[in-house]
Amino acid sequence: MRLRILTERLTTGWIVAISVTVMLLTAVVAAALVHRSLPIVEGHSLGALLGGSEWRPLEGKFGFRPFIVGTVWVTVLAMALAVPVCLLAAIYLAEYARDATRAIVRPLLDVLAGIPSVVHGLFGVLLLVPLVSDHLAPWAARHLACLPGATPQQGYSTGYCLLTGAIVLAMMVAPVIISIADEVLRGVPVAMREASLAVGATRWETVKHVSVRFAAPGLVASVVLGFSRAFGETMAVLMVVGNVAMSPKSLFDPAYPLPALIANNYGEMMSIPLYDSALLLAALILMVTVLAFNLLAQGVLVVARRRAAQ
Amino acid sequence: MPHISVRNLTVAYDGQAILSDVSMDIPDRQITAVVGPSGCGKTTFLRCMNRLIDMTNGARVTGQVLIDGEDILAPDADLISLRKKMGLLSQKPQALPMSIYDNVAYGPRLHGLRDRKQLDALVERYLRMSSIWEEVKDRLHTPASRLSVGQQQRLCLSRGLAVEPEVLLCDEPTASLDPVSAQRIEQRFTELKQDYSIVLVTHILRQARRLADYIVFFYMGELVEHGPADQLLNDPRDDRTKAYLSGTIS
Repeated sequence: MRLRILTERLTTGWIVAISVTVMLLTAVVAAALVHRSLPIVEGHSLGALLGGSEWRPLEGKFGFRPFIVGTVWVTVLAMALAVPVCLLAAIYLAEYARDATRAIVRPLLDVLAGIPSVVHGLFGVLLLVPLVSDHLAPWAARHLACLPGATPQQGYSTGYCLLTGAIVLAMMVAPVIISIADEVLRGVPVAMREASLAVGATRWETVKHVSVRFAAPGLVASVVLGFSRAFGETMAVLMVVGNVAMSPKSLFDPAYPLPALIANNYGEMMSIPLYDSALLLAALILMVTVLAFNLLAQGVLVVARRRAAQ
Repeated sequence: MPHISVRNLTVAYDGQAILSDVSMDIPDRQITAVVGPSGCGKTTFLRCMNRLIDMTNGARVTGQVLIDGEDILAPDADLISLRKKMGLLSQKPQALPMSIYDNVAYGPRLHGLRDRKQLDALVERYLRMSSIWEEVKDRLHTPASRLSVGQQQRLCLSRGLAVEPEVLLCDEPTASLDPVSAQRIEQRFTELKQDYSIVLVTHILRQARRLADYIVFFYMGELVEHGPADQLLNDPRDDRTKAYLSGTIS
């Protein structure tokens, strides 16, 4: 009998210990990043680091602005491309598609979500880069001259640019957003839809006035989760975005997002003073931002699920 | 010509019959109670009448439901005007995710009513008709989800009435209500039958006794017996009806 109780206690103990260790990993990573990025924050003001636009490590100038601007632009553009398409796709799946269609599409979405990001990157290099440089950029130069941000700066683009990065990124986050948004919309009580249909509403009116309104918090969460995924995505974007350390002025300019900066440079030229610390500060910024977005999205999702369960 | 006439209605779900070969006429401006043990097809019967059965995956419906001579089960039936004609009160009140006012104005707005004054008047009229006006008149623009379940059910009745239906389809409308709220809904029904035909699905035999003018008894998907309430309750012909009334099957 004593042995059983002892085993019970031991088992509980090590299971708890392992779980706590796993959770502590996040904290350890954060602590390491903070510790290693302290030297650069001590030498430079945070304002100068985040706001400075000069990136000349050899001269001790570490302005993160181009990278932050690049990250934000690539992400925002990708979301602008992905969100409308994804929400409509999710509405179709949840409200219009037959069960048989759903049964095929849902697993397909999971497969899409599982495609390694380097494959998306290759797809971008092989297909999208030529498409953008040979067709989209010349077309924009001819027809969108009135919009400086939508035309290539010298009437020409290599194709390795903000737009290509955003398209690749949009393709990557789409399955995630569709999948969550679909799940959220399926959480709208059937009886609530029927209440709307029963007074003579059409399907679309029911979607617009009832389902989407009821599911709004969850839909927002799906978008925010997609956003945070896009924000930290490294490989696919790095392969097509151009990686030039300047703030992009147009869709067809190259950009240099934070994750690409870290991945391209960490481990090289480490003898430059503070270089290592600067890159780790970049990582810290990235981690804090993504973590904040994830927490926000999870919070909203919890609320949405609770409402759906009522 | 009766308003609603059901001809050889059969509903199967994944090959299994839920309703088999139901034919009957539903009397105008009366309360028709549909009774029977759970799972006997009462709700399915009701859902055929406003085609909400379409929402059920895998349901196969054959036969006819004629409303003013028009077969509403025909593939080209106009569902919008059909559902406008057939008000629904479901078992669990479903307030739409919007304000009290907007819940009532929802249907009329969809059907094209935009004038603010007319909408105001209409909202008040139908909230009064389901005797909830006094309780909500000072908070018309607060979310309907904050109302109690009993109030929500009366709100749903207002919402259903606001599109000016001709028939009210009620699926155990008092099942999730407290006794006082249930009584209020029942009182409304006895008044409303002046102007509407009411089809009331209920598993409470006493409710059928209190309210019904006409009773339909289903057993295992089969229409066993139907007739005026007095006759069916006091002098049932079928043994299964007798057994149900005496409580030996339920």
